[in-house]
Amino acid sequence: MNFFASIGRVFIAFLASVGRLAIFMFDAIVTGLKPPYYPRQILRQMVEIGFYSLPVIGLTAIFTGAVLALQSYSGFSRFNAESSIATVVVLSITRELGPVLSGLMVAGRIGAAFAAEIGTMRVTEQIDALTTLSTSPQKYLIFPRLLSGVLMLPLLVLVADIIGVFGGYLVSIHKLGFAPGPYLTSTFDFLQRIDVVSGLWKAAAFGFIVALMGCYHGYHSKGGAQGVGQATTNAVVSASILIFFANYFLTALFFGS
Amino acid sequence: MSTPKIELSDVKKHFGSKKVLDGITLTVAKGESLVIIGGSGTGKSVLLKCILGLLKPDSGSIKIDGEEVTALRGSARMELMRKFGMLFQGGALFDSLPVWENITFAVRPQKGLSRKQAKDLAVEKLAAVGLTADVANLTPSELSGGMQKRVALARAICANPEIIFFDEPTTGLDPIMADVINDLIIDCTRKLGLTTLSITHDMSSASKIANHIAMLYEGKLIWQGKAQEIYASKNAYVDQFVHGRAHGPITDEKRKA
Repeated sequence: MNFFASIGRVFIAFLASVGRLAIFMFDAIVTGLKPPYYPRQILRQMVEIGFYSLPVIGLTAIFTGAVLALQSYSGFSRFNAESSIATVVVLSITRELGPVLSGLMVAGRIGAAFAAEIGTMRVTEQIDALTTLSTSPQKYLIFPRLLSGVLMLPLLVLVADIIGVFGGYLVSIHKLGFAPGPYLTSTFDFLQRIDVVSGLWKAAAFGFIVALMGCYHGYHSKGGAQGVGQATTNAVVSASILIFFANYFLTALFFGS
Repeated sequence: MSTPKIELSDVKKHFGSKKVLDGITLTVAKGESLVIIGGSGTGKSVLLKCILGLLKPDSGSIKIDGEEVTALRGSARMELMRKFGMLFQGGALFDSLPVWENITFAVRPQKGLSRKQAKDLAVEKLAAVGLTADVANLTPSELSGGMQKRVALARAICANPEIIFFDEPTTGLDPIMADVINDLIIDCTRKLGLTTLSITHDMSSASKIANHIAMLYEGKLIWQGKAQEIYASKNAYVDQFVHGRAHGPITDEKRKA
């Protein structure tokens, strides 16, 4: 009997936290959509996410593209399929690796930063102070971050797509001895609009997940430095897992049938 | 008799199985300065946060100017907050903003002040708490503990609230700075006829700023009366607390439990 009781407890606790998260999310969006708005906060977060993540995203993308070209060359040459390398690189980057790896890197960079900043504001009572100063924390803190996450991650992924394909190009031309013209032609030959567009939609979803997890865990952190550390860890881990989870369902949605 | 500024009746709040507030009934008249004393962990902060609406009581009624406020949400709650000013224990200054933006945080959007006007107002409020104009451009992390408290006080009075709450105003300050803050509290509130509600365990501060004192013990108000009567309360619990004795009914009960 005890065994079933403990399963039940875990399950109910899980449902409760899903509920809390859903309420937090709707509260932030519904409150955030009503005026007054805080354009300065939104701009600040957009710069923080969009601009300052560029180096990390660029480095991730160029090495991913490069290693894709290298790996597929060594694999494909076993059955004389080297001509497909360009297509493999561009499709893998735009459909999967661009959005997923960018999402994960941003989860580490931005999700952690959000959780730490908002968590510190929580434990030093700055969030309570916002309320006493007639400012809704949802409007001032949470909504600008969610909005920036959703808007900026697709832009980052677009950059990652371009740099990733370029990484593959560099290795193919300078190391594997392909001719630039034919390589570029075969890069774009089989590329369809949906390949890029689906990746950008994924990016928007991942941006939302990262921002939401960072804000949620930070907002509910308690107990000083240790609590903030815990919130940061939870934000990154849960965002990463949810990214993989959402990635599967979005892929099934776009390409499943 | 006029409507009391703050009126609580039978307010209860528990966390888990712990009853933190166990039926608090309390009135604060306009222009009165009530200090709630009590040991650490007796629910003083919870009481303050319930009145401010940062926590929702389980039952009971809280009226501000005769209006029931426990059910207020969203913009109505934000509107009510304009009546309140709050000095947090750690100051709770926004560390991402310079001092002048901290002080004018609530006022600037309400009155639509320009940068210049807001800065002038901040300098004026800084003068009221005995700080010079050059502090305005510093960030909170560049200030000492005493200065942070003063800036936080300036922020709390900036929007001309009707009721100000003080959470442990003198904790963590040296005795001289503590007395300076006490004087400032009297200056900034009594002269303007503001209603104040403070919580503290510092008796010298309590007897200086209060005209009424209430003592909170195990979720109940065990004594209420005029400030000058507290040392002749004939209540063994109050006596132990105000004289700071290590032995008495409060400690005896803890040992038994």
